[in-house]
Amino acid sequence: MSFLEIAVNISIIMIGISLILIFIRLAVGPSIEDRIVALDLLAANAIGFVAVYAIQNKTTTFLDVGIIVALLAFLGTVAFAYYLERRTRK
Amino acid sequence: MIEIISGIVILTGAFFILISAIGLIRMPDLFTRMSATTKASTLGVGLVLLGTALFWQDIGISARAIIIITFLFLTAPVAAHIIGRAAYFDKVSLWKNTKVDELKGKYDEKTHDLK
Repeated sequence: MSFLEIAVNISIIMIGISLILIFIRLAVGPSIEDRIVALDLLAANAIGFVAVYAIQNKTTTFLDVGIIVALLAFLGTVAFAYYLERRTRK
Repeated sequence: MIEIISGIVILTGAFFILISAIGLIRMPDLFTRMSATTKASTLGVGLVLLGTALFWQDIGISARAIIIITFLFLTAPVAAHIIGRAAYFDKVSLWKNTKVDELKGKYDEKTHDLK
């Protein structure tokens, strides 16, 4: 194994652990805003995972998925926060 | 040589992603959690994509990576600001050791405008 393969495998393990931690916060999180922050971070981690997975399998197709996930995550976060603020405004 | 640099950059990025997830679990209230996750995850994902661009050294892949990095750097502060604003109006409880709440009394509770 070359250094890059070892680095990619370790990175996949680290990103997997962080996905588990984010899911714990998504399930536990006391307020709705905590869950929205967790979902936002989940999308960012998905982009990182897609990039590392693309290197591991030597395919470049998956990087387009990252662009779509980034766009959708931002739209979702803004929509959630907008309606939460509308709910508290009289 | 370029593979070693790419591997180091990707490892650093994955480390920062792990730091942001640990911050999301360990920090005491929403606002400190957001301060941990927004900055560390932006840096981490940016470094991972930079390592991807370094690995292939292809103009198409580099363009995609740069587009994603630019988009993340533009949208992460906006998203964090809008969640923080919604959380403050939703009366999410601050940490018990919080010393100063500088926004207290500066917003109109009904219309959410600055006084």
